[in-house]
Amino acid sequence: MSDETYIVRGATLADGTRTDLRVAGGRVAELGRGLSDAGASVIDADGLIALPGLVDLHTHLREPGFEQSETVLSGTRAAAAGGFTAVFAMANTSPVADTAGVVEQVASLGERAGYATVQPIGAVTVGLEGTRLAELGAMAASRAAVRVFSDDGKCVWDPQLMRRALEYVKAFGGVIAQHAQEPRLTEGAQMNEGALSGELGLAGWPAVAEESIIARDVLLAEHVGSRLHVCHVSTAGSVDVIRWAKARGITVTAEVTPHHLLLTEQNAAGYDARYKVNPPLRREEDVLALREGLADGTIDIVATDHAPHPVESKDCEWDAAAFGMVGLETALSVVHAAVVANDMLSWADVARVLSSTPARIGGLAGHGRAIEQGAPAEFTLYDPSASRVLGAEDLVGKSTNSPYLARTLPGRVLWTFHGGRPTLASARIVEQAELGRKPAQEATHG
Amino acid sequence: MRHLLTTVGLTHDDAVRILDVAEDMAGVAEREIKKLPALRGKTVVNLFFEDSTRTRISFEAAAKRLSADVINFSAKGSSLSKGESLKDTAQTLSAMGADAVVIRHPSSGAPHTLATSGWIDAGIVNAGDGMHQHPTQALLDAFTIRKRLHGAASRGRALEGVRVLIVGDVVHSRVARSNAWLLTTLGAEVELVAPPTLLPVDTHTWPVTVSYDLDAALAGAPDVVMMLRIQAERMHASFFPNSREYARIWGLDEERLARLRPGSMVMHPGPMNRGLEISAAAADSAQSTVREQVANGVSVRMATLYLLLSGEREDA
Repeated sequence: MSDETYIVRGATLADGTRTDLRVAGGRVAELGRGLSDAGASVIDADGLIALPGLVDLHTHLREPGFEQSETVLSGTRAAAAGGFTAVFAMANTSPVADTAGVVEQVASLGERAGYATVQPIGAVTVGLEGTRLAELGAMAASRAAVRVFSDDGKCVWDPQLMRRALEYVKAFGGVIAQHAQEPRLTEGAQMNEGALSGELGLAGWPAVAEESIIARDVLLAEHVGSRLHVCHVSTAGSVDVIRWAKARGITVTAEVTPHHLLLTEQNAAGYDARYKVNPPLRREEDVLALREGLADGTIDIVATDHAPHPVESKDCEWDAAAFGMVGLETALSVVHAAVVANDMLSWADVARVLSSTPARIGGLAGHGRAIEQGAPAEFTLYDPSASRVLGAEDLVGKSTNSPYLARTLPGRVLWTFHGGRPTLASARIVEQAELGRKPAQEATHG
Repeated sequence: MRHLLTTVGLTHDDAVRILDVAEDMAGVAEREIKKLPALRGKTVVNLFFEDSTRTRISFEAAAKRLSADVINFSAKGSSLSKGESLKDTAQTLSAMGADAVVIRHPSSGAPHTLATSGWIDAGIVNAGDGMHQHPTQALLDAFTIRKRLHGAASRGRALEGVRVLIVGDVVHSRVARSNAWLLTTLGAEVELVAPPTLLPVDTHTWPVTVSYDLDAALAGAPDVVMMLRIQAERMHASFFPNSREYARIWGLDEERLARLRPGSMVMHPGPMNRGLEISAAAADSAQSTVREQVANGVSVRMATLYLLLSGEREDA
């Protein structure tokens, strides 16, 4: 932990109160007005909102195996740039994170990088193949202490296997995060199925392929008394199913991505593959229902589904392009644009959906706590009055497959504190040496 | 005209102009020397990522009759089959000085991507992309209908009030999409008839009416019945029980042929499955326009290449 002391002057907390913060010993040591800045570095936070460090329950860091797209180091730098202090790393790496060895490796790469807490997610099934359970208990008992399990990218389609997974992880307080996609209904699917897909001649990804799996899974979770988390909910019907399940008392949580809160399928009309994502961008009415669901608590959290891809995977015809878009750097601005600017969510709600609740769902200690005396110094300072046209230079991860390039987004993350030190300072990434770390090796690691 | 990518958004006047230029081009085919010097020195590349000998030779004949140099670049046995990207292929063709690229591609939108990516400056003609569009097919169908209806007096006319049934595998058909928009733009009324499994799940934005009952639709005495090809792969994917049932309910058999109004047309984009979507009697009947469609295809493609490559470029 850091020995340095910082005074953050005049920040506005999520609840609207203005205060100075003293950061020392890796903690928020003191709050109040007019704190002495003797011996401290002073940060002028006039007009800035201080939010607890953001926690992303759904990040693809791509390492090991796809280091041309992202590494743990580059991905956590992107996280810091977006105000995140913790990310849950999805399991679809190569090798797949389906053993204790791989999840421990990812966790240690995160520690070495130093930009954010990296909490690995374990695969539900061996090799994400959907046939046999992975060593869930070994991953839970490993140094990585995995609690979230997901085959994300693929659906745990077999109902019997899904039932067993839901049951088994109760032994160690785990949760299954389901990528809800009925595979037979989405063979070759390219975009949301509807009038537009028919006109564009692109194979459709029908809403029912998501909703039917969610309906099945909430009933399974009810039957076996387990906790279920639904990844990247994208349709109005899914919101209805989850609302029904919660009313029935089923322990289900759900996430929505920033892009599903802002963008619609109309973006596919020009065949620009930056808008190709799974689940696909949906209709305007779905976007509105997702916003409503987030505002009324049906949807618990926002998670980025940050999915980096190299240029050649997007600079091609639509069918050949990869699914996914980067999202860590822009998540807060997109949430701002989609649900804060129109007063559907307050900044306190933002702290809930992007920090405290994802930390709670994922069982991550040391993150998601309100900014209060004694809390770990994990927070971010956001300028809500800023506005910027997003450029490639704003994307600090390895990949630039963002749908927001050349769009105007509100707000800007200026500072991120992780472990008591800035990882982002005046909107610039703090270099690794200044974090007190040895530069990580990019290609080889222990 | 900079590119021809889709019939959606093509204006009535532009469409009539293409058909009128195609009339001029048809005249060339009747001369002793079937050749014009219009595109001498221009290079047209036929870039075919799918096998389609019929369409390729039609474009090749069109370009050659206009004295363009033609390069055929097909997927098999080329760098395309070795995984070269569309971008690299486009940049290669650009470096070779292609003036127009006629592209057939299995991915919907690939011609659009080629035209808007900045990879290549050539004019792009969509010769069929996935399940999306095949605009020159629709133009040749429109030309064929107009010619049958108005003969030598076709010039300047559209298709006001012409009633067209398009029957069969609409959901997978770029021919159906191209025709639905083009024929409507030209004033025709288009009705799609198919089993519900072979219709898009939502057609409320299409300028057409939709029904499932071929006999009821035929009772409306349409001017044109356009039969779509049923691909072999649909037989095994439960779009319908089997080919016998399909032919019985949605095929243009002899009995249905006999009910057609005299002077009405039977069209098919080819290649036909005789005995499935169309009976031999219908295919070979006097009402069938199948061979005219092939001949007119060359004229329409000549017109397209001519309008793309001669004169001023709108974006220049």
